[in-house]
Amino acid sequence: MSALDQMYQQVILDHAKFPHGRGLPEGDEGATAVAVAPHPGCGISHQVNPTCGDEITLRVDVSRAGGVAVVDDVRWEGQGCSISQASASVLHDLVIGQDLATVDRLSATFHELMSSRGAGLDDEAAEDLLGDAVAFTGSSKFPARIKCALLGWAALSDALILSGAREE
Amino acid sequence: MSVTTDGLTSAELAAVRADFPLLARTLRDGRPLVYLDSGATAQKPEVVIDAEQDFYVQRNAAVHRGAHQLAEEATEAFEDARGKVARFVGVDADELVWAKNATEGINLVAYAMGNASAGRGGAAARRFALGPGDEIVVTEAEHHANLVPWQELAFRTGATLRWLGLDDEGRIRLDELDTVVTERTRVLAFTHASNVTGAVTPVEPLVARAHEVGALVVLDACQSVPHLPVDLHALGVDFAAFSGHKMYGPTGVGALYGRRELLEALPPFLTGGSMVEIVTMTETTFLPPPQRFEAGTQMVAQAVALGVAADYLAELGMANVAAHEHHVAGRLLEAVASVPGVRLIGPHDARDRLATVSFVVDGVHAHDVGAVLDDKGVAVRVGHHCAQPVHRRFGIAATSRASAGVYTTDDEVEAFREALSGVRAFFGLEGDR
Repeated sequence: MSALDQMYQQVILDHAKFPHGRGLPEGDEGATAVAVAPHPGCGISHQVNPTCGDEITLRVDVSRAGGVAVVDDVRWEGQGCSISQASASVLHDLVIGQDLATVDRLSATFHELMSSRGAGLDDEAAEDLLGDAVAFTGSSKFPARIKCALLGWAALSDALILSGAREE
Repeated sequence: MSVTTDGLTSAELAAVRADFPLLARTLRDGRPLVYLDSGATAQKPEVVIDAEQDFYVQRNAAVHRGAHQLAEEATEAFEDARGKVARFVGVDADELVWAKNATEGINLVAYAMGNASAGRGGAAARRFALGPGDEIVVTEAEHHANLVPWQELAFRTGATLRWLGLDDEGRIRLDELDTVVTERTRVLAFTHASNVTGAVTPVEPLVARAHEVGALVVLDACQSVPHLPVDLHALGVDFAAFSGHKMYGPTGVGALYGRRELLEALPPFLTGGSMVEIVTMTETTFLPPPQRFEAGTQMVAQAVALGVAADYLAELGMANVAAHEHHVAGRLLEAVASVPGVRLIGPHDARDRLATVSFVVDGVHAHDVGAVLDDKGVAVRVGHHCAQPVHRRFGIAATSRASAGVYTTDDEVEAFREALSGVRAFFGLEGDR
């Protein structure tokens, strides 16, 4: 497989074409990181990739059940390349229903994958955890595209802080 | 000799390409390089690479000081280079200030004007002082380097920033000139050629209007100096900045031209060593220009090599270079027009435009376009090209840009067209192939 086909695996092209979680509830679009979220447990973050102007606004809703904070929903809106759009779509599928400890583990593992310069993780359990996100291994070979893949994750990390879910 | 392209014969073009060692390298999978990113930075001819090395091998010493032979030779090489670059753009050597790049050159003017606004430079510098009620005019076509320094100067002085808009082909709206540039305008800063649309600005009416209202003209000549014959005295601009690395010279060096009487009256920007006369514990007097604006150790080897780059272009003849690139511009425009689902951002005909061609591919983000072209060995730039307002004007966030140089061939344009025609199919979009 060429380096290009490794980057644009079918699963990425599919997510880019039919993204999951895309579309913010009315009123959130264009919200900035400092915007007041509609209710406690909700965080909204706007992130920009300054090298290409790609943007994402991501909203996370977190609830607390039995002392554990869980991601109830992720919605996002953005414009960008297929890598950034597909990554946000995969993120949506991965984190909904997960507690924050799992979300943090997913984020750390995905960052590790994107630092692997195309080598992958050499850790079956970690790759199982990432599911579809393993398809981004090919993008990690292209330094200019790593930020694209991480844009949604940066927005999630910021949105979780703004949601207040980490303070409780 | 057979003439296959306007301006350069095929033999001349082959000889030019042989001057640039990097053009011969191959990429992944042994693919030949098709370098269409000269608008970002140009490749370097061997004479330039050698000149920089030769300076270190033969002549390296501190310039403008030291009583030894090496220092004299280094100073001579440094000042000779100033003369060559100055002559290349039609100005006198003492009107040319070295800067690390065009960005620094423009900031030099903006910060020096800020210093004048704060009262520095005495009575002579009062002509540069800005305050509330004064206006700085730019255009929507500007690279961030000729926009942000003026925004900041306006914030520091209380002056107001205004701008000329662009028409649907990306040309500056001259019909707005008389209403936007008024008696309140103190500075008119604009690009000689857009690094996104490739449109070349008609300098004359802008200079005429600016001088009619007593405003200073600052020209961003980054994209024009490497590609067109440029005579800054004939253009009548007051200041102009350009970079070395886009004109086949090294990185780390650029130049600012200032009309002599203006440089003489302008207070310094960066201060410190090499730009002073008498220094006491409380105050300092400054050297005349250009040294007044060259604080600290300069990029001597790079300046020397830039002088060689200017000579290289002068020997080719800028009229020939421009004619060749005009031909390439026509080919690039044809290539972009021939591929379904590709939309040009900029003038549609090759008149008064550079061989810098930006476009969007329907349904495919610029980053993805660049990746597919790269896979075929075709190097283009993707993104906003440090000109976000231009993109916002056209309702887009990013474009892909093919930009040629003196060494670009018809075969390369054909390789670009071929690669571009496969982009939409790669992403499963219909309408081509």
